[in-house]
Amino acid sequence: MSVDVAEGVAAAPAPRGEPLLRVQGLKKYFPITKGILFQKHVGDVHAVDGVDLEVYPGETLGLVGETGCGKSTLARVVMRLYDATEGTITFDGRDITGLKGEDLRELRRDMQMVFQDPYASLNPRKTVGTIIGAPFKLHGVVPKNKIKPEVQQLMELVGLNPEHYNRYPHEFSGGQRQRIGVARSLALRPKLIVADEPVSALDVSIQAQILNLLEDLQNELNLTYLFIAHDLSVVKHVSDRVAVMYLGKIAEVATGDTLYRNPRHPYTGALLSAVPIADPDRAKAKQSVILQGDVPSPIDPPSGCRFHPRCPRTQALAKAEGISEGVMPICREEIPELTRQHEGQVAACHFPLEDAVGPPSTQ
Amino acid sequence: MAEPLLELKDLRVSFPTEDGLVQAVNVVSLSIMPGETLGVVGESGSGKSVTFLTVMGLINRKSAIVEGEVIFQGEDLLKLPVDELKKIRGSKIGMVFQDPMTSLHPFYKVGYQLAETILAHEDVSKKEANERAVEMLRTVGIPRPDQRAKQYPHEFSGGMRQRAMIAMGLSLNPDLLIADEPTTALDVTVQAQILALIDRLKEEFNAAVVMITHDLGVVAEHADDIQVMYAGRVVEFGDVDDIYYEPMHPYTWGLLGSIPRLTDSLKERLRPITGLPPSMINVPKGCSFNPRCPYQFDRCLTEEPELIPLDGHHAAACHLSLADRRKVLSEGVAIQR
Repeated sequence: MSVDVAEGVAAAPAPRGEPLLRVQGLKKYFPITKGILFQKHVGDVHAVDGVDLEVYPGETLGLVGETGCGKSTLARVVMRLYDATEGTITFDGRDITGLKGEDLRELRRDMQMVFQDPYASLNPRKTVGTIIGAPFKLHGVVPKNKIKPEVQQLMELVGLNPEHYNRYPHEFSGGQRQRIGVARSLALRPKLIVADEPVSALDVSIQAQILNLLEDLQNELNLTYLFIAHDLSVVKHVSDRVAVMYLGKIAEVATGDTLYRNPRHPYTGALLSAVPIADPDRAKAKQSVILQGDVPSPIDPPSGCRFHPRCPRTQALAKAEGISEGVMPICREEIPELTRQHEGQVAACHFPLEDAVGPPSTQ
Repeated sequence: MAEPLLELKDLRVSFPTEDGLVQAVNVVSLSIMPGETLGVVGESGSGKSVTFLTVMGLINRKSAIVEGEVIFQGEDLLKLPVDELKKIRGSKIGMVFQDPMTSLHPFYKVGYQLAETILAHEDVSKKEANERAVEMLRTVGIPRPDQRAKQYPHEFSGGMRQRAMIAMGLSLNPDLLIADEPTTALDVTVQAQILALIDRLKEEFNAAVVMITHDLGVVAEHADDIQVMYAGRVVEFGDVDDIYYEPMHPYTWGLLGSIPRLTDSLKERLRPITGLPPSMINVPKGCSFNPRCPYQFDRCLTEEPELIPLDGHHAAACHLSLADRRKVLSEGVAIQR
């Protein structure tokens, strides 16, 4: 298959209209305390540290990043399962950052979550019918005698046999359980679904079934997804746009194709080159950028650009200019802002990568 | 032709349970040459781990029924008494497990755990063993290995722990390293580090490697030969090019159609395999893949297909005629070069 480079750049239409979800300057710090009686505040885990993000109606925004980069925390803050430390969340034109009580409950009808672990996120002592019907009971939107047909309709929608209404979660396989989780999240016809690693616990053949299901449901019900995963191939496949997160901050946002062909942030480049490609010829041709070391601790994140201690780009530049510290001074001192690159692409880097001549796998 | 390092002949492993006999491995034959990397691919429950746990002698002989032969360097490991097997395990066959969180002992320092392996197999002083442990940690790229050796596993990150596991697996310079999902619990950037490390050490120590994984990407980049397993059997075997560009088994087609690809520029719909993997107690009659196979015909329901060589050492177990399979293949079920 030959690869046309030019089309990737042009085919990135900027999403139009008002965003369904807008996150501005969002921060979530978890305090670290010492002592039993007098809980002395000794520091913070900077899980999410100033994130700006928009999700437009009908689109799928993928959020990728490695363990501990704050992607799940971000999802939970957006869902209002955690309170934000700073910043605002706007949903459907309304500021929801400080919603409480009945208002918050009502908001939950419009945004629902699908969790990673289909074994831990379903109550083993409740039947599937009860689990999927719970949102109806909690919100009282469907009269009691109508719940069963509604639930069975949902089960059919996600590809479960409606006759299994009275079965318990343990009687289902992992993939089927994930379908139950999806059905439950759909019960109240939400506008936004936040899916946190919905397929990472599943086998490849089952994973593909669930991904196709999510795609079909989106088309059918006009859903908007915030899709979180660590697997770049999965994220690129399902998403219209992809946001890359590193240590509590967004490093880059672009359409999947632009991101893959012309990553601007060196972290995105390294991340892409680390993904194993199930194609031996391309795998052989690929030049991997192997990052050194581990992700630094979010308790005391590096100054300036958070990626600078591991960044191959700044290291190469510093070497070329004969800077003894090994990194460019600006990377160490100044936090880079998200700046516009290509149409619909933003990256937070002082020295963004140039356009690739080909996709990273064939460079 | 040189002697294979490891040869499995008609290996069967089953576990009697209250619900019936679980046929975890249902006839597996294979051979691995010195210095080769064999990728073993399959989904959960395909028997890939059990096969190699049996090779390592880590299957409880009392609770499992094991038939066949496991010939390692000319000796049948299944017939060896346990204490003889212990000598081979660790020194000649090293193993790296999937979960670095649970496979290191949380109460002992990492350096001690490494030195213990060396002490158990070689007649060296404690001091010497400790020095070699530190040296191994250095080899696998752990910074400040002398200090790190004195730390406990919880002080290591996931990638570091997996490095320590690899150090342990290679500390006695084994001829064969069995890596069971060595990078599944890790992030991609760390995975790339670990896989590059295994490749480098393989060259350095001239070991053969068995890489058990469900990730078709990992084996495409790091294996010479690939064995695809389904329901306790090998359904296809071949070199990397055979499996990716000319796969000859519908299950392999299904696997390749199921994975989203980074290289696709169009948002192509995935082609998942329908249905679920079978229960190992009640494996379907005939070809075990028949309930999920779109090309299934009457012969598949009754007769079990043999692993038949196609060309070179590419082999597949399927009743479909070669012409039919070539036809399906031309419709683009494999990866296009």
